[in-house]
Parts: sequence; structure tokens; C-alpha cells
Amino acid sequence: MGSHSSAVARIPDADDIRRETGFSQASLLRLYHRFRSLDRNKKGYLSRADLQQIGALAVNPLGDRIIDSFFPDGSLQVDFPGFVRVLAHFRPINEEDTRTRDPKEPEPLNSRMNKLRFAFQLYDQDRDGKISQQEMLQVLRLMVGVQVTEEQLESIADRTVQEADEDGDGAVSFLEFTKSLEKMNIEQKMSIRILK
Amino acid sequence: MAFQVFVPFCPWKVLLLLVALKCSEATSNLNESTNATARHEPNVRFAAASSEPDEKISVFALDYDYVQIPYEVTLWILLASLAKIGFHLYHRLPGLMPESCLLIVVGALVGAIIFGTDHKSPPVMDSNIYFLYLLPPIILEGGYFMPTRPFFENIGSILWWAGLGALINAFGIGLSLYLICQIKAFGLSDVNLLQNLLFGSLISSVDPVAVLAVFEEARVNEPLYMMIFGEALLNDGISVVLYNILIAFTKMHKFEAIKPVDILAGCARFIIVGLGGVFFGIVFGFISAFITRFTQNISAIEPLIVFMFSYLSYLAAETLYLSGILAITACAVTMKKYVEENVSQTSYTTIKYFMKMLSSVSETLIFIFMGVSTVGKNHEWNWAFICFTLAFCQIWRAISVFALFYVSNQFRTFPFSIKDQCIIFYSGVRGAGSFSLAFLLPLSLFPRKKMFVTATLVVIYFTVFIQGITIGPLVRYLGVKKTNKKESINEELHIRLMDHLKAGIEDVCGQWSHYQVRDKFKKFDHRYLRKILIRKNLPKSSIVSLYKKLEMKQAIEMVETGILSSTSFSTPLQAQRIQGTKRLSPEDVESMRDILTRNMYQVRQRTLSYNKYNLKPQTCEKQAKEILTRRYNTLRDSMRKGHSLPWGKPADTKNIRYLSFPYSNPQPTRRDLRAEELTDNSSSDSDLSFIMFNANSQTRPLQERQLTQEIIPMKNLNRGGKPSNFGYPRSTSQEERVGRGRWAALRPKPLFHAVDEEYESGAESEEEASTIGSRWSAEHRCRREHRRSHSPLLHKK
Repeated sequence: MGSHSSAVARIPDADDIRRETGFSQASLLRLYHRFRSLDRNKKGYLSRADLQQIGALAVNPLGDRIIDSFFPDGSLQVDFPGFVRVLAHFRPINEEDTRTRDPKEPEPLNSRMNKLRFAFQLYDQDRDGKISQQEMLQVLRLMVGVQVTEEQLESIADRTVQEADEDGDGAVSFLEFTKSLEKMNIEQKMSIRILK
Repeated sequence: MAFQVFVPFCPWKVLLLLVALKCSEATSNLNESTNATARHEPNVRFAAASSEPDEKISVFALDYDYVQIPYEVTLWILLASLAKIGFHLYHRLPGLMPESCLLIVVGALVGAIIFGTDHKSPPVMDSNIYFLYLLPPIILEGGYFMPTRPFFENIGSILWWAGLGALINAFGIGLSLYLICQIKAFGLSDVNLLQNLLFGSLISSVDPVAVLAVFEEARVNEPLYMMIFGEALLNDGISVVLYNILIAFTKMHKFEAIKPVDILAGCARFIIVGLGGVFFGIVFGFISAFITRFTQNISAIEPLIVFMFSYLSYLAAETLYLSGILAITACAVTMKKYVEENVSQTSYTTIKYFMKMLSSVSETLIFIFMGVSTVGKNHEWNWAFICFTLAFCQIWRAISVFALFYVSNQFRTFPFSIKDQCIIFYSGVRGAGSFSLAFLLPLSLFPRKKMFVTATLVVIYFTVFIQGITIGPLVRYLGVKKTNKKESINEELHIRLMDHLKAGIEDVCGQWSHYQVRDKFKKFDHRYLRKILIRKNLPKSSIVSLYKKLEMKQAIEMVETGILSSTSFSTPLQAQRIQGTKRLSPEDVESMRDILTRNMYQVRQRTLSYNKYNLKPQTCEKQAKEILTRRYNTLRDSMRKGHSLPWGKPADTKNIRYLSFPYSNPQPTRRDLRAEELTDNSSSDSDLSFIMFNANSQTRPLQERQLTQEIIPMKNLNRGGKPSNFGYPRSTSQEERVGRGRWAALRPKPLFHAVDEEYESGAESEEEASTIGSRWSAEHRCRREHRRSHSPLLHKK
């Protein structure tokens, strides 16, 4: 693999990416190798088909949505910075990051808010900023086994929206979503150790 | 079977009693019949017959001596198996205590029976039987089932921990006990240093995998798992080597005459024995891999080759006084990779199951011998020795764990936390190995052998029962800190979503290799070793038709059980929609939560799962099948409605994955395909379908039209960059209707990394495949066992 510095130099815009995402040089290099190994035809970008080849995602109930999250705004390709940007959401939160951060700068991608936003957009497919009962139902259907009947699913979806919905509009906005998860340790749940 | 769950112990207790009665009847018969130390003389029947003048021909006579040994051994094994069945019937038990507890109890029971019925000559374990017959299967199984990628990734830490840990423990315990023995008050002053050291070495042999099953569901992280596994694997070898060296010392000199040069010689011997054993193992592993390359016509002897060569490596190493245990371990590890690719599916399954069976039988027998020697008169109880042994075992294990890990953490990218270290410390459960070594101490050199045996037994009982039972709760306590109050439905749903999300993103990231040595080895492996050791030939068409037959059968089954019916995914019944904000009672909420908890899909486990006593059926496979089927169905529905192709479509209808009857043109060699499929070697994040496809893909005659299949050619990057074509048949007329053109247009891009491609990419994706692998290897094996029969069902359009 050669020495790190020369290899990192091959990554275009490495410094910008690092600043934006906060990855270490080593992690960035590994992600680059991963990107290139996924990119079968060496196109320089990833398409949905490339990500669909990851066999384990095929048996993940949310596999499709996860792949979609790499292609924001309906685009068909994702380049390396985009790829890294998505993965940056899953960086573990470092204590020093939060303390020494300049409050005027935009939040780092792996902040709690941004992690929650990432999870939120898995539900909110039509990007209207709210999770409707239908969208909740769709996610439920994906995640629950076939033994559960449709009525049960609907009532569960109803109940879920009901629990979180505070302003009574029948949908869960992002703030309501965050509020319902305030007790959860999102930082740990949505962090991947190897992405330090 | 419902009643059996509620009354779990009754059925097998009854069976136990029956068998026990038979046992005692057999043994009492022994006492009645004329007997002349029948144990080793099967011909005694003739002797007995001839010594008594027979006046008449007896029509019905009993001859127990002839069959005594095999008869009793079989009964014991059967008893242990029945106990295991009972153990697993009550589904909560395996999570509470390790299975060794059960085996020990059974052993003690048999021991009690034998003692109670005053059996004159029970079969006894002696050194030859143990070292030549009982030990190799256990070691072989450990080596074979070890996941290689994580092992080699952590090999530095594992060697450091297992090797040095064993040494520190052995010498620490030995020396401390020696100091205790010096104290006159305990009456132990005749136990000299060497004997104490020897005792230390045999008591430090741990068997931590026995407890792995107990905290399996707490999802211990992978490196921790590997440390425990690796320690178990290497520990036996190291203890036995140490034991043999110390015995040699004991025989060789009087204690005072040992010079430093002897000690140096001992150390050198230790290293040579270890490395020599490994070398032998590797050589034999390669030889057997090479031989399996040629066995496609007689696949019935493939398991035989595997077992015989492993055993041969053990014996050959033992001939030269090298470590047979390390030899057989190295042989299993080396052999596994290539043999798995070469042998047929049935052989693979056979090898797996037979290995488990052999090792399970061995262990059962050892525990029974242990039980027999527990209940008996040959004990010497010395309070001081035993208590201090127990204490020192724990103390020295703690010292070695924390000290060694402190050092190795400095060099690790992902250091082990204190919690991990506590788990490792607490999993120091002793097992069959220590007992055997203690039992086989030569009495001539060890006048106080009985005391040693008693002390060993006490340590084993203590660690297995007390530590084994409490380690589960401990791990759960250390690991998952659940909030006491129940989570709302919202939280449950979101937590599960995030778990799935995290697992998915982890899969996208793949596994990262840290070692260049590993990459270099892989290059070497691909370029040279695989060419020599892996088969080239295509399978005969009889196998192909066998696969086809089984796929059809499975297809029929699935339809009949209703999995494929689309009625389960009907559109929402609008009429029954609960309107508005209806107030739900707490019981409703409770039941909803229950439904959710029970029915949500499990998150794919990335950590390995190994059970020493069992080959668990993969329940995740069923889940995976379900998920894929549903995707197929939703896709099919959306296609029927005339939607455009999924690129750029909302979520659920995105899949274009081809899971169908494999079909191919004659080109691709089986080796390449199997290579794609198999875990450690598959260098691609191969799609599930292609894995199944590939494994199946052989030269099918193109005239299998009777299944109304169409072929959609697909490009594939093959080894060396030659494209080859695979066809994807579509079955069922419905699919044809949807439009062949669409699918042709959708021809997926090449989905494989040829095994040979660039190693920087190949390396990482290989590991990913192999991590999917440890999980998936089981799935794939299961799939292969079903002859990839569900592939036709999981059709995509």
C-alpha cells in the first residue's frame, strides 16, 4: 500500500474532505480503498448497483433505504466525497470535539443532531420534513416479520405516530422525533468504532 | 411437545433412570458371572468356557465379559446424549450454564452408579487412550472451526496472551504452591518444586470456549471472541508441551542436580517442540489439500482423507516428540481453506458434523472418567493445598490477564477495555484437559498423586459450576446496560431501525485489514497455492441434475407453506384503519410492544458464533430468506403495475437482484465459481444471489427448457479478465410477461471481483466477504446443504 502520505495524495481533495468530515488520515485512506474496491469498473463514482452488490445489505431489511441515503436528491451517482460524507455521520463522537468546537462553525457531521437527521431521513422518504403515518407504516412493514397482520401493523404505526406527535398534526416532525429519542444514547447507537 | 416444555426434566429423567438401571444391571451381572479381569481380554469367553466342564448345552446364556468395554462405553455416551437432549429441551438452560456442567453431572452420576454397584473393573483411562484417541478429535475440532481471518488479524495478541499467559500461570501457580508447601504446618513438605511446577502447568490449562455459549447472545465483540477462542486453541498445546518437558525433568534428574544449562535446554526444547509441531501440521495440511483436488469421483472418501491426514500429522509429530496438538491445529487451519473448496457439499457437511461428533464423544468420555474418579475412595483431601490452589488460580489468572493486556493494548489499534479483560479473566474455566493431565501423572514420580487429582477436581468443579453459571449474568451486566423501565414503542422501533442502519453501514464500510503481511500472503496464495491445490474440473452433470431436483422440491415446499403467496403482503385494508387519536388501553399498548419485540427482524450479527457442542441451525437464514422473498414480491407487484425500473424509485422496490436458477454456459470453471462463493476466499462482496448462483453454476445443458426458463446473459469478470457468460433463467410465466426486454436492459454490471484482481481492493473485500463470511459461511453452507434450493424461489423480476 505504500506509505500513507503518498497514498493519501492520490485522493482528490483529501484535505477538504478531512476538514469537513473529521476523519483521520488513516481512516480516509481505508475508506478510499473501500470506495475503489466497491467501484467495480473504476468509474470514479458509485452507482446503486455497486452498493447493491454488498451481499449483506441484501438481507438487511432496510438495505434499500440505506443505499438510497447515499444518493441524496435522487442522483444516480455518488463520488468519493459524497460517500465519505455519509459515512462521516457514523464517526464516534469524541469528547474533545464537542468541547473545542467553535460554536459559529456548522455542526460536525457526526453530531447528535446530524445523526438523528440521518436516521430521520430513512423514514421520511418524500422529504417533507415529517414522518406521516403511511411512512411509519412502510418502515414497520419492512422491519417486521410476515406473521404480523396488516391491521396490527397499522395500529402499531398509529400508536407510534400518536406517541410522538405533540402538535396533533398526525405526523412526526423532526423535532418531535428528536424529543422522543432524547433518552437514548444515539451517540453510541449510531457510531461505528472503526470509523475513528 | 408442549407438555415437555413445562415438565422438562421428567422425560429425560425417566430415560436416564432407564439407562441407569440398565447400566447397573449390566454391572451387577458382571459380578455374578465368572470373571477373569475381563477388561483387556475379549477372548476370555473361550477361556471361561473351557475352564468349566459343561454338562449340557445351554440354550440361553449370558456373556457379559465379551462385550463389557464397548457396551459400557456406548451406554455412557448414550446417557450423555440423552442428557444433552433433555438439557436443550428446556430452552432456557443452555443460556444459564455451560454444557460442560451437564457433562460433569452425567459423569458424576455414572461414577456414582459404578461405585454403588461395586464394579470390579471399570474401564479406566490411561495415557495411551487419552493422548492417542481422546485428545486429537477435540483439538481438531477446535482448529477446524476457528475463523481464520479474525484469528490471523489478532494473532499477535493471541500468541502473546495464550503463550505468555500459560507460562505465567503455570510458573506462578507452581511457585506459589511451592512456597505454601514449605510451610510445615500443612504437611506438604514432601512435594518438591518440580512437582508443584508440573501441577501448575496442568492446572493452568483452561477451556474457555465452554462458556462461550453462555454469553453468546450478549454479542461479545469480535476481537474478544477471538482472544477467548485463540486461547482455548493454543492453551492445550502449550500446557501439554510444558507438562511433557517437566515430566522429562522429573524423570531425568534429582531436583538438586538440575543445572541452568538444563533449564536453557528446556526452553529451547519448548520452542522447537512448538514450532516443529506447527511446521508438521502445515505440511500435512497442504498434502491433504492437494489430495482432495483429485477426489471428485470418489467424494465418499473425502472426509476420510481430511481426518486421516489430520490424525497422521498428530502422530507424525508425536513420533518426533514434537507437539502433536499444535500440529493438528495447524493442519486443520491450513487444510480448511482449500479443502472446503475442493470437496463436495455432502463431504463438507459430513466433515463438519463428524468432527463435532467425535470431539463431543471424546469430551463426554473424559468427563465420565472424571466423574468416575470423583466418586470413589481414591481421594486425598488436604485443605490447605486445595484452597490455596483455588485462590492462586484466580489470582494468577487475574495478574496475567491485566498485565499482559496492558502491554498488548499499547500496540493494538483497538485496545481491549477493562470490561473485556474482566470477561477474559472470568472465562478461565478449567475443563477436561486439566483433569486428564492430572489423572495421567505417573504414580511412581508423584507419590501424592491423589492429592493432585483431588485438587484438580475441586478446581474444575468450582470453575465450571460457579464461574460457568455466573458468567452469563456478569457479561450481560457489563455489556448491555438496559434501562429499567420499558421503552416506548417509538423507542423500540427507532432503536431497531438504528441497529439495522448501523449494521448496514458497517457492511458498506467493510472490514479493514491491518497487515501487509496478510496481503502478501494472499497474493502468494492466489498466484501459486490455489493453482496447485484447488480443483480445476467441472462437475459431472449428475450433480447438476441433483441440484435441479432439490430446487424443485424446495420450490414446491415453499409454495405449499405459503411463503411465496402474495396474499401476505396485500395492500392495506383501508376499511379497518383505526381513525384518529383513539385512546388505547395499556394492555393494547403492551400487546403492541410485545408484537413488535417478538416479530421484528433481528439485526444481522457480525460477531461470530461458535458453540462447542453443537452446530446451530442458522435462524438468520430463515429471516434472510423472508426478507429477500418480500423484496421479490414487492418488486413483482410494482412491476406488474407497470412502474418503470427502480432506478430512482422510492425505497422498497429497488431491488434488482437475481436469485434464480443458476444457469450457465460451459466456460466458467467450477473453481472460479466456488471461489467466488466461498467465504474466506471470495474476494467480492458478492451478492447473495451470485453466491448461490455461483455455487451452483455449472455446466448445465441448455436444453432445460422444460422449466420455461429464459437465459439472460450476463457479463462476468473472470480470473485474468476473461469475460464469461452466465445465464439467468427466469421461471414462471408471469415473469416473462413483465418484459424480458426490461431485464435485458437491466443487465447488471459485472458483479464479481475476479479472485485475482488487484489486491488492495481484493484484500479488503475479501475480508468483508469473510466477515459476512463467518456469519454467512453457515448460511452458505446451509444453502449448499439445501442444494441452494431456495434460489429458484427468490426470484427477482
